[in-house]
Amino acid sequence: MSLPFIVFFICALFAVVGAVVLILAREPIHSALALIQVMLSLAVLYLLLGAEFIAAVQVIVYAGAIMVLFVFVIMLLNMRVEERTNFSKLAYVGVVAAFALLLWTAHWLAHSPAGRVVGTGAGSAGAFDTVELSKQLFRPYLFPFEATSILILIAILGAMVLARKEE
Amino acid sequence: MEFISQHPILVASVVKIAVLLFVVMTALAYVTWLERKVIAHIQSRWGPYYVGAHGLLQPLADGLKFLFKEDVTPPVSDRLIYTLAPFVALSLALTAIALIPFGPPSVHFPNGQSVFIVSDISIGLLFLFAITSMGVYGVALAGWSSNSKYPLMGGLRSSAQMISYEVSLTISVVGVLLLANTLNFNGIIEGQRGYWLHFIPRWHVVPQIIGFMCYITAAIAETNRIPFDLPEAETELVAGFHTEYSSFKFAMFFMAEYANMITVSCLATILFLGGWLSPFPDSWAWQLYLPGAGLVLLGAYCAYDTVMHMRGIARIQFAVVTVLALGGGALCLIPAVAVLIQGPFWFTAKILAILFVYIWMRGTLPRFRYDQLMSFGWKLLLPVALANLVITAFVMILPLLRHG
Repeated sequence: MSLPFIVFFICALFAVVGAVVLILAREPIHSALALIQVMLSLAVLYLLLGAEFIAAVQVIVYAGAIMVLFVFVIMLLNMRVEERTNFSKLAYVGVVAAFALLLWTAHWLAHSPAGRVVGTGAGSAGAFDTVELSKQLFRPYLFPFEATSILILIAILGAMVLARKEE
Repeated sequence: MEFISQHPILVASVVKIAVLLFVVMTALAYVTWLERKVIAHIQSRWGPYYVGAHGLLQPLADGLKFLFKEDVTPPVSDRLIYTLAPFVALSLALTAIALIPFGPPSVHFPNGQSVFIVSDISIGLLFLFAITSMGVYGVALAGWSSNSKYPLMGGLRSSAQMISYEVSLTISVVGVLLLANTLNFNGIIEGQRGYWLHFIPRWHVVPQIIGFMCYITAAIAETNRIPFDLPEAETELVAGFHTEYSSFKFAMFFMAEYANMITVSCLATILFLGGWLSPFPDSWAWQLYLPGAGLVLLGAYCAYDTVMHMRGIARIQFAVVTVLALGGGALCLIPAVAVLIQGPFWFTAKILAILFVYIWMRGTLPRFRYDQLMSFGWKLLLPVALANLVITAFVMILPLLRHG
């Protein structure tokens, strides 16, 4: 067992446990914390793959900005323990479907070359470094990049228009 | 022994972390002493004076007091998060310091690892922002988990304030990144080597003076210091987010605040003030002996003070300080040592200068009102930082436009 391999399994476990807690926790803020844990574990996984820039941005944007907003809103509304209703019958269909999807993914991974490089970034280190990333972003992918930012701007404006009270 | 020879990087890192932790913890304690002294003198008081000569043992006494106080957990609090919050705050604040280079990479271990930095990574700046952007959780969660009115208000204010000022903080730094062309701290510092007109150092603070102002302002807001200390405004919120905290958990918040102050001062030094570079040209050989001479002068003053003003046990204590200062000064005058400590000396001097400005502001400025804080951040600081970025980018690209 090499060190990256051990780190991979620890972080994968953290991510999965965080995701389960996120759904099962009854306090909204515990769910938010679990989601932060998932984000941070994913950032470490990105680091293991050699994608250091994406790892840093994952923490800055998701864990450091978006989740702070989530926590802020939960605190502002002072949400307390959420109420539970009985499980709907449809949930069982969802459980079966999720397990089927999981099994299918595992099967696909076991039979594809992608399944053999997970966890060790040795092969891909440097492929996602900041210089290379910016070259890709500002040359071949410049148009989609700018289009996305305009799309986000429109979404922000739309949210403001919708949220504003009518005079 | 076999393990040590097989993992030289691991062993060197552990040693560096241990030394750095000790140095930073001591520095934290003495920054509180410095703050109380400076503010006291601004307000025509003496400040700590009785525990040790000139109150030099006051931080130790405070630490012991915090350790032995009763640790109260409010029964209505969320126990897990209430306990976790101070640890989050302090551990994040201390982790950030691992990325700071305190001296040039030319001083290194036999295996090529630099002595003065724990983790020299290519995206140092981004990583630092990633760590500091998480820092708000310590404060926000402490406020929420206390399950009490004032801490909740403090936590709320803190998260709103941190989100608002983090934008300006990050944008004010991008101007420097355009000039430096790298995210690596040692690379950014190396880019500031050299002089304009043979005597003005090529630090980024000269072309980026507006960026520097924006950075310092946003950094003070990020560390919750006066005039931006609304999360713990004692005239409005008792003690803000840490109202319910006592004993060592309170001390951890306290230490986290000072560790954050040191981190943002380090970052300002690296980005704008040339890091561990000397402000004087290399040809001025006498600057090698500046640290030693400074310590000897300090020792001389201490000796004078010991003989003239100190009485009783304080005299013995201050005599020890005198001997330490004179001995350290003599050590630093040895040429080999003098070369070695040049980087750390200038770095520390610059950090101290910024910390002094921090404390000076606390002694001078009143607190913002909440609406003033928000409109200042969004309507003044952010547009100025953005304009600075656009102008910098334009000036950078101008030669390219002219020559096609």
